[in-house]
Amino acid sequence: MRRLAGFYILAAGVALLPVFFPDNYFITVVGVTAGIHVILAVSLNLLMGYAGQISLGHAAFFGIGAYTSAILSARYGWNPWLAMLTGLLLTGVIAYFIARPILRLKGHYLAMATLGFGIIINIVLVQNGQLTGGPDGLGDIPSLTIFGWEVDSDLHWYGVIGVAMLAVIWLSLNIIDSRSGRALRALHGSEVAAEMMGINTTTTKTGVFVLAALIASFAGSLFSHQQGFVSPGSFSFFFSIELVTMVVLGGMASTYGAVFGAIVLTFLPELLVVFEDYEVMIFGAILMLTMIFLPQGIFVGLRNLAYKLRKKNATPDSIAGKEQNRGTA
Amino acid sequence: MWDQILQFLITGVTVGATYALVALGFAIIYNASDVVNFAQGEFVMIGAMTAIALSAGDGGLPLPLALIGAVLITIAVGILLQRFAIAPARGASVVTTIIITIGASIFLRGVALLVWGKDIFAMPHFSGEIPLHIGNATLLPQNLWVMGGAALLVMGVHYFFNHTIIGKAILACSCNRTAAHLVGINVGLMMLVAYGLSAFLGAMAGILVAPITFTSYDAGVMLGLKGFSAAILGGMGNPMGAVAGGLALGLIESLAAGLISSGYKDAIGFIILLLVLFIRPSGMFGKVSAERV
Repeated sequence: MRRLAGFYILAAGVALLPVFFPDNYFITVVGVTAGIHVILAVSLNLLMGYAGQISLGHAAFFGIGAYTSAILSARYGWNPWLAMLTGLLLTGVIAYFIARPILRLKGHYLAMATLGFGIIINIVLVQNGQLTGGPDGLGDIPSLTIFGWEVDSDLHWYGVIGVAMLAVIWLSLNIIDSRSGRALRALHGSEVAAEMMGINTTTTKTGVFVLAALIASFAGSLFSHQQGFVSPGSFSFFFSIELVTMVVLGGMASTYGAVFGAIVLTFLPELLVVFEDYEVMIFGAILMLTMIFLPQGIFVGLRNLAYKLRKKNATPDSIAGKEQNRGTA
Repeated sequence: MWDQILQFLITGVTVGATYALVALGFAIIYNASDVVNFAQGEFVMIGAMTAIALSAGDGGLPLPLALIGAVLITIAVGILLQRFAIAPARGASVVTTIIITIGASIFLRGVALLVWGKDIFAMPHFSGEIPLHIGNATLLPQNLWVMGGAALLVMGVHYFFNHTIIGKAILACSCNRTAAHLVGINVGLMMLVAYGLSAFLGAMAGILVAPITFTSYDAGVMLGLKGFSAAILGGMGNPMGAVAGGLALGLIESLAAGLISSGYKDAIGFIILLLVLFIRPSGMFGKVSAERV
């Protein structure tokens, strides 16, 4: 109960918000987008934050899921759930086959390889017009139906995405505190040391890469049915960068940090609309300043500060140590 | 058929020369400070855009003066980037520095958007637009400017690092900062010089190629990524490898666009990059290095 206390608070918040603001644009419209971003950021955080493998191409898996769902359900009239499952299968296979060669790389090379993969997938989406609709995108994607109940309003979608998001967060929190989660964190510290401890680093890295890809594909399918329209622009290199930013802004290796980062970065552009022309500039400046002055991320930085204030004699190091030990207890 | 291929080769070398300059800038910054500068493409954009802005209109400067002004402004941007974004975050992880430079590139693009809007700008050709003919292939004077300019700059950089005291001092910093400091090298200053030099190369690339390709506030994104690819193809941190990587990438893309499909030319460039990374992760000319534990 205590371990997941944060999760229950979050779940209560997600459930209560629409009760108080049922017609608020920021809750039911932007909130849904935020939910999808949270799912993506949490999945990327598993790979990047915990396993320490940077990916600048995560949007590709999001795109594969979204387009498989869109093409099969809109063009061929498949059941959306079956389409989603096919998307997951396709993503899983692709992720599995590229995982080994890609994850052998490190640092800048890994960044470049994942970036290249993301761009290749995006070009394929743009160029295969007869299937994907090309740069103009693909519309008329049917909505989801859950046991005969059609998800057709903003509020309904809020509910569906909210549940999916909480499920993914719960999954992430539990994985991290499990045996494989400890293997992941060991890997982040030092691959050689992890291997010495008997962890099969190749299997572990491949596993987390495929899992992150599957979650992204799931988010993609939800996105495509919720929007009813997909275009390659939503799955570009820039979106991959935005996802990385969400993870890093909140604080790496913290599921709540990823949640925080995703929510902030979804609402920020909405708020910056006031500054219109300055939006891009301010976005870049915030990104730079956070990384220069709070490289551990806003959420994790603030949390460490809160710990410090509560237990005056506790140093940030001992808090970090506690985090490392969490789950072994 | 052969005339066509000759034409693709001319285009390929021109584009490749631009990539080579961007990649060279990448390699210099990477060597000096271990940072992969994702804002490298923005130097190219700023160089071209300020040159056009300075020379435009009735009160505009004559082209040569405008070019010098543009280069100086870009160098200033490079130095400011190092001083206010990279230097304060010294010792940060790879991911952190990548995000900082990505933030810087978005910021610079935002400023360009604010100043120049979303329009596409053209720059006058340096010496006319009367094409030269080689067989059935044509060659614009500007193509020669790009190739010749790039060749001179590459030779200049080579000379700078091998035969001048400042160049050697920068190399010393990249080998070992502390040791360089101990023998009396002003490490901070050398970092500024390296970023300035890198920005200078970017600006030159932008200015040389802008009459052919046109430019806009977001022109730097793809160029930056291509430059990064080229630098990796050639082996990160090997300046002359980066130049070879740039030329190779330009040629591959141009041939792929002409012979296979123009829509997939970027994809083919990246597929080659992935294959090189999978087979030989240290690049074509990079030294194979073992990881230290």
